[in-house]
Amino acid sequence: MIFLSVPSDYMPMAIMFVVSIGFVLTTIFVTHLIGPKRKSDVKLDTFECGIEPQGNSRIPFSIKYFLVAILFVLFDVEVIFMYPWAVNFLELGMYGFIEMILFISLFMLGFLYIVRKGALKWE
Amino acid sequence: MSNYLFYILSFLSIFSALMVVLSRKPVHSVLYLIFCFFTIAGHYILLNAQFLAAVHIIVYAGAIMVLFLFVIMLLNLNAETEPHKPLIIKGASVVTGGMLLVVLIATFKSAAMSVSSPEFNSDLGMVESLGKVLYDQYMLPFEVSALLFLSAMVGATMIGKKEI
Repeated sequence: MIFLSVPSDYMPMAIMFVVSIGFVLTTIFVTHLIGPKRKSDVKLDTFECGIEPQGNSRIPFSIKYFLVAILFVLFDVEVIFMYPWAVNFLELGMYGFIEMILFISLFMLGFLYIVRKGALKWE
Repeated sequence: MSNYLFYILSFLSIFSALMVVLSRKPVHSVLYLIFCFFTIAGHYILLNAQFLAAVHIIVYAGAIMVLFLFVIMLLNLNAETEPHKPLIIKGASVVTGGMLLVVLIATFKSAAMSVSSPEFNSDLGMVESLGKVLYDQYMLPFEVSALLFLSAMVGATMIGKKEI
């Protein structure tokens, strides 16, 4: 059965959003207002384990992170496809089950490819 | 009530979308884009498409934005190394953007405004009805999308790996 829903049902959620964001913002601003401010060169210096900081933090880094992230997105979408399927699982019956098995097996084929090619291996 | 909410959300989404383009720092652009995604999810809820709203937050604000951040870090955008764009490129981008605007306006003008007909089902966006349509009527596109994901996996592996 389908629950009737109107946008005003989301009012509690909206209130919760406003309260949580408001709490964070108030805390940040109030601590800035009531806290003492002492600014000196030494205090504002970057702390790097007692060693003189050197170089730029903006260095190009390995594409491996990106590869892992993009593979995560693909499997994330796969899981999302399962929500509407799981809700209708009984109604769709065997037909829907085979359909999903086919879908997942195609994904597993891709996963096998990724593992065999060693895309997740850290060199 | 719903009307005011729509106006507030629209204002916020247009404002944050503009700030994505106008802000100087790329990380600020990403943060504004995340905010824009949240306001668009709010629009989906106003349209009674809860599943789409949840997916929009999980996939776009959660996963796609991580990719955006990675791209920004991979690009190595230092203030000194940022190339100064010549005037001709700026002019070209203004012209292409204007052409896109013209196309969009033409599409909106020709598109017929759909009025809610009596047989319009307002629960169309719920997870249940979406699943019924997706796994019955649109079974083939659903399975083809798995092939699309497969090609995306292969493509990402090909690009990301040094030697296959």
